[in-house]
Amino acid sequence: MNSTPTVGVLLSRVRVEEKLLLEELDRRHVPTRTIDDRELVLAVEKKPDLGVDVVLERAIQHSRALYALSVLNTWGIPTVNSFEVADVCGNKLLTTMRLIRDGVPTPRTRLAFTPESALAAIEELGYPVVLKPLVGSWGRLISKVNDRDAAESILEHKDVLGTYMHSIYYVQEHVPKPGRDIRAFVVGDETIAAIYRASDHWITNTARGGKASNCPVTPELNDLCVRAARSVGGGVVAVDVLEAPEGLLVNEVNYTMEFRNSIDTTGVNIPARIVDFVLEVGRKAEQSLS
Amino acid sequence: MPKCPECDADVSVGTDAVKGEIVACPDCGAELEVTETSPVALALAPKEEEDWGE
Repeated sequence: MNSTPTVGVLLSRVRVEEKLLLEELDRRHVPTRTIDDRELVLAVEKKPDLGVDVVLERAIQHSRALYALSVLNTWGIPTVNSFEVADVCGNKLLTTMRLIRDGVPTPRTRLAFTPESALAAIEELGYPVVLKPLVGSWGRLISKVNDRDAAESILEHKDVLGTYMHSIYYVQEHVPKPGRDIRAFVVGDETIAAIYRASDHWITNTARGGKASNCPVTPELNDLCVRAARSVGGGVVAVDVLEAPEGLLVNEVNYTMEFRNSIDTTGVNIPARIVDFVLEVGRKAEQSLS
Repeated sequence: MPKCPECDADVSVGTDAVKGEIVACPDCGAELEVTETSPVALALAPKEEEDWGE
């Protein structure tokens, strides 16, 4: 058997990250197959014959990634990341519950199912609070609620205009942060790099204009982020960390991370480290079969 | 040179472009997807949906 696993890359839109990953695979002469999720048909009753040993999931759409990974993992095809990780990280409440289960510090959170109970939860936490959709990225539809008037109108809008998922109210304390947060990149058991994301706006996502600068990976940050990564199932993840007055808090964990702004900033070849990990997963799967 | 399907402007696409890559039309700013590379073909890129992200 070929000692270099054949890597399938599941994607649709090719972002900078996917180009960098494909270039890295090509540079190492790794046999690679791109799998466009728009053309994929999975006959779920049998093991999908994709002609690959391991799949690197880079789909831009969470739902497609989730269901494709479910089929692939059920049939024993190794993936980075796994269905479990995608399922947990793709849902803010599931992520929060894993972090709480494993004692990883995270902002105080309330879950409610009606506008009335959500308002009670908001008032119990105290203004300002943050309302987040359970599924979503890039800071979309995240609301900082400063007072009761805003709370009532946002809850009514979500109730009337949103899909049913927007009536699962995920309410979080607003953590005062020093004009920045931390995004840390974990590959396997190591935090390989981290950046500060600074913004005058309370949303600091680089997709929303946050400016990246290098953040030293201290032993404390490494330990926290590796614990968070393990908590959601492990693999290749980006951990968002808040610098709260009482210490570091894990805010979210992302499973198809974007890193275009973090390679030059940190000096770490992130796509190379991801490819290393994917090949390791592929080799381990081969060894377990032989 | 490929044309923007929205405004018919000429769109320059790098030789290293890959299928699925997104380029912006220099005239109208539309997001365009590279649907073929040899020769290059462009289509309007899909609009962002609620579950897009990382």
